[in-house]
Amino acid sequence: MTQSNRLSGGQIDRNTTLKFTFDGKTYDGHPGDTLASALLANNVRLMGRSFKYHRPRGPLTAGSEEPNAIVELRSGDRQEPNTRATTAELYDGLVAKSQNRWPSLAFDAMAINDRFSNFLTAGFYYKTFMWPAAFWEKVYEPIIRKAAGLGSLSMQADPDAYDKGFRHCELLIVGAGPAGLMAALTAGRAGRDVILADEDFAMGGQLNSETFALNDAPALDWTTATVAELSSLPNVRLMPRTTVIGAFDHGIYGAVERISDHLETPPEGKPRQILWRIYTQKTLLCAGATERSIAFENNDRPGIMLASAIRTYANRWAATPAQRVTIFTNNDDGHRTAADLHAKHVNIAAVVDTRADAPFSSDYEVIKGAQVVDTKGRLGLTFAELRLANGESRTVECGALGVSGGWNPNVHLTCHQRGRPTWNEDLAAFVPGADLPPGMTVAGAADGTFSTHGALTSGANAAARILDIKPSDAPTTEDAAVRQTPFWFVEGCSRAWLDQQNDVTVKDVKLSHQEGFRSVEHLKRYTTLGMATDQGKTSNMGGLAIMAELVGKSIPEVGTTIFRPPYTPTAIGVLGGRMRGMDFHPTRLTPSHFWAKERGAVFVEVGNWLRAQWFPIAGETNWRASVDREVRATRNSVGVCDCTTLGKIDVQGTDAALFLNKVYCNGFAKLAVGKTRYGLMLREDGIAMDDGTAGRLAEDHFVVTTTTANAGKVYQHMEFVRQCLMPDADVQLISTTEAWAQYAVAGPNSRKLLQKIVDPAFDISNDGFPFMACGNITVCGGLRARLFRISFSGELAFEIAVPSRYGDALIRKLMAQGEEFDVTPYGTEALGVMRIEKGHAAGNELNGTTTALNLGMGRMVSKAKDSIGSKLSERAGLNEDGALAQVGIKPVNAADKITAGGHLMAATGPVDAKHDQGYVTSAAFSPSLDHMIGLGFLKDGGSRLGETMRLVSPVTDLTVEVEIVSAHFVDPEGERVRA
Amino acid sequence: MIINHPLLGPRDSAEFIYMGDAGLINRPDPETASGEEWYAYAYLRDNPAGEHRELWWHEGGDRSWLVVTRNTVTHEISKVEIARDVARAQGRSK
Amino acid sequence: MHDLIAITALGGSAPRVDRVADTTLTENPGIALASVAARMDQETTCRKHLKAVIGAVPGPGKVQLHDPEAGFWMGPDQWMVGAPFDTHEDLAAQLKARFGESASVTEQTDAWVCFDLRGDGMEAVMELLCNVNIRAMQTGDAQRTSIHHLGCFVLRRDPSDWVRILGPRASAGSLHHAILTAMKSAL
Repeated sequence: MTQSNRLSGGQIDRNTTLKFTFDGKTYDGHPGDTLASALLANNVRLMGRSFKYHRPRGPLTAGSEEPNAIVELRSGDRQEPNTRATTAELYDGLVAKSQNRWPSLAFDAMAINDRFSNFLTAGFYYKTFMWPAAFWEKVYEPIIRKAAGLGSLSMQADPDAYDKGFRHCELLIVGAGPAGLMAALTAGRAGRDVILADEDFAMGGQLNSETFALNDAPALDWTTATVAELSSLPNVRLMPRTTVIGAFDHGIYGAVERISDHLETPPEGKPRQILWRIYTQKTLLCAGATERSIAFENNDRPGIMLASAIRTYANRWAATPAQRVTIFTNNDDGHRTAADLHAKHVNIAAVVDTRADAPFSSDYEVIKGAQVVDTKGRLGLTFAELRLANGESRTVECGALGVSGGWNPNVHLTCHQRGRPTWNEDLAAFVPGADLPPGMTVAGAADGTFSTHGALTSGANAAARILDIKPSDAPTTEDAAVRQTPFWFVEGCSRAWLDQQNDVTVKDVKLSHQEGFRSVEHLKRYTTLGMATDQGKTSNMGGLAIMAELVGKSIPEVGTTIFRPPYTPTAIGVLGGRMRGMDFHPTRLTPSHFWAKERGAVFVEVGNWLRAQWFPIAGETNWRASVDREVRATRNSVGVCDCTTLGKIDVQGTDAALFLNKVYCNGFAKLAVGKTRYGLMLREDGIAMDDGTAGRLAEDHFVVTTTTANAGKVYQHMEFVRQCLMPDADVQLISTTEAWAQYAVAGPNSRKLLQKIVDPAFDISNDGFPFMACGNITVCGGLRARLFRISFSGELAFEIAVPSRYGDALIRKLMAQGEEFDVTPYGTEALGVMRIEKGHAAGNELNGTTTALNLGMGRMVSKAKDSIGSKLSERAGLNEDGALAQVGIKPVNAADKITAGGHLMAATGPVDAKHDQGYVTSAAFSPSLDHMIGLGFLKDGGSRLGETMRLVSPVTDLTVEVEIVSAHFVDPEGERVRA
Repeated sequence: MIINHPLLGPRDSAEFIYMGDAGLINRPDPETASGEEWYAYAYLRDNPAGEHRELWWHEGGDRSWLVVTRNTVTHEISKVEIARDVARAQGRSK
Repeated sequence: MHDLIAITALGGSAPRVDRVADTTLTENPGIALASVAARMDQETTCRKHLKAVIGAVPGPGKVQLHDPEAGFWMGPDQWMVGAPFDTHEDLAAQLKARFGESASVTEQTDAWVCFDLRGDGMEAVMELLCNVNIRAMQTGDAQRTSIHHLGCFVLRRDPSDWVRILGPRASAGSLHHAILTAMKSAL
């Protein structure tokens, strides 16, 4: 395929040819091309079908504001819908498909919608699919889903990675056009810390699209030299291919850098895109301006484009949509396009200028005071119909029509913190308002300074003002005065497209007005004007202008809708960054992890921790067999469990005991050195927050443990109490959770095992180290360690801690030394079973609704001192007769199941919420009792032991007769722990 | 948002954990406070559209609790204090 | 002498070293750590001892690079002191003996994994990891920050192409993965 519409010149590398396919057909292009420019060069104008009416469409623009030419880029798992052909950089092997058409782009069955356009007007969905209600899910929604939407998903996981990053600067310049480049030069030469970001892959902005000279040389010479100078400055960071998508609070900007979008696949290890969080003291917005269209009948045919876009394709990419072009303009900029095309030997059919005083050209015909009123051409423009100044009609043959309705400053980022643009009567356009995001300044076309020299100077001056330095001299260039008089639509037009992406016509705006939608925000939502991927960058102004005329107000009175981030469509993937799959959150490994993995342990996620859940051995076919064995082995001899995950907080200071008295509801002041005590923490409202133990290693030194899940929260709470409630207390806190590898060694042989580990200087006999003792010891010939005689299992048990790096060696030592006792490692399941058998409360019971009283620890709340939650735990509402109390539950028929979440009902009578007596919080099979057991809360439970009730779980369809028993199923007298 | 930490300078609010109304520092006197006062302390919070004094914990930093005066409408932060100093100034001790 | 053999935070018997382009990431198990927090009304004495040990009292955001003991500011009246593990494994006990009642001292050696990131690409890697203004950070600066949700200390050392990252030991694998991934991405 030859590039029949390729012109001379341009910023493309003709020495290299790139092959790409569009809808299965192969074409040639060159480095520097976009997909759209390469297609145009190959005489392809038709690139998509519209959203609602499936009208044939080609590109309207040459940039990120594109509403029409959106395609599915790449194939397989990298297929990405809704990619703008106008910004997609061409690479060798690029594969693109048009979307929203079936079976083909040239013949689209859904184009029938266009014939029924009278039914598909504004509010169509609201009006049509209201009834019958049952039809919604089964009939309407599937049809709409099939017909609507833009593009399709691959339904496969994205194989590429995305990064997040952080950059800091003194001045962020958004946009590297004439204003942005001059600002960067000014700041960069003064040695200031600058980031210059531009969404395009080539810096230069509008300068890349123009032919006029800068300092009497081609604009490209100046741009190239300037970018080279900036690159050489270490204090200036250039970020091409980077879109600043949002202006957030306090000088934080979001920016997406496209690292590999211009490559077939990202290089090994490299991300596809990076989401930068840029922290800046000052921001200079040089985002330029977007040309606006004029609405006339059938103004959406492929080949009808913004005039400046045709100029950009011709000058930058040496491509033209057709060999014969008409220009329709209301301002002088349209004539510049005609002149540039003419210079490149494109035939100008005519320049149609709405103004009676339009400038004259000796090169082509200028039709003054005329308008384009309609067009022809099924899959692309063939004729434009004109209404001349004298009222007569005329038809002009052309393959492309460039439309220029003037320029709108790109004010979007100025509005991201609810600032409103203001109306500039001279430009007939919105310009940045007074309430900019703090620290932001606007320069160049974005500020309404449209001449090139004006933009260059305004960028230099703005940077100089912001940084209090001297502006760099701007090159000499065109400085034409800009006249913009409003001309929004051709009178009498109806199916004239305002928003080509959403298929919103002048008629739709009129209809919505007729139906009472007068506010601009209502207009947007009722007609969908300005929604979808282009967010109305080319359409909003036209809609506002028509609305204004209908309601008889001025445009500024009608106002704009609010601009919100992101500025251009942003992939969810880049917002997620590397936080995908196993990297969604960091993983915490216990000191025995590598050993447990060797042992074949099954792991479970507990918060971020990976803990061994059970340790299967040969011949065990299900988890219950492993867990039952681990429980029995522990209760009969000795078991070892890694309990490092429990939070450990070092509490020191002369007021350490006073402090613990405040955070625990029970007393700690009198705890002897070398002793450990169970402690219950309440929230200030009297509800239990967390429990654990505190061991007193010295008068002024405690080690507090928390539950695994609440470690962070408890530390935060303790810091709050320390800093905000007891600011003068002499107490210091630090977490030591990960510093120590801590193992529970439990079972009747636990002491015997530990005696082989603990150095003989330390007496750990029952007399020398009784129940609840704690202290610093040494092990294995002199390693510092800590020993606590505490028990979660209900057996004679110890917890031993060594510095984490030795944890791996210690567990191996315990296993080797314990062989004679048949020592058994146990996981979190066996741990859970044993604590339920013992009746110890855990997270299921401390569930954010239960009080000390409910937990059977009402008397622990000391009245001799004030503690967090003690006052409000005395509230009448928490202490009524019949308050829930923790009980044990066992099935009357030993074979029956107990399920957590089931509710307790009287033995007979109705089963409903009104007759609910309590609920089961934890359940397990007890290998010690050989049937299931449960813990739960029952109204007035303490006095109902022995009662038979029904356990009901409508969710699992379970009704079981149960007996209410003591929660202490195993060793209720606590003889074992004291043995 | 950026919180200008009195000791560490400007820090991203992502490093902080938010706990709302700084009135939590004013825990009632356990010796004298009425049930009403405890109820108000535990449950009642103002939710102003405008200036609000609130507690932020520098979890990802120096572990200081801060009292931040922030306009909830504009996010403008007009004052940042070390909560411990505020607590002392309000007469709290041990 | 005890007979327990230590493993590194990444689970190896020797520290792990990774190199991407001209930048090196080294696991460093050779540092003993202890936190020192001044007791109420003992701040002057505590600072006097601290100065004697590490040569100066680092202020907010600062690290005192000094041999054999060094230290950085953790929070108001709180510092982390470090020293070579081989000679100072009992650092906490040594410090407690010196500081006496003037400070609370807590062993922190194995609460942390230590990585040294060094080379020309260090700054580019750090930009993908945390919000520290690495370009403004000088030798002697120390900041706590969050790297992929992990609370870490970043210390800028001498020469300045070198940062030391202290992160939570139990997440050493995740932290190493994050840093190495960033190295491959940035370099």
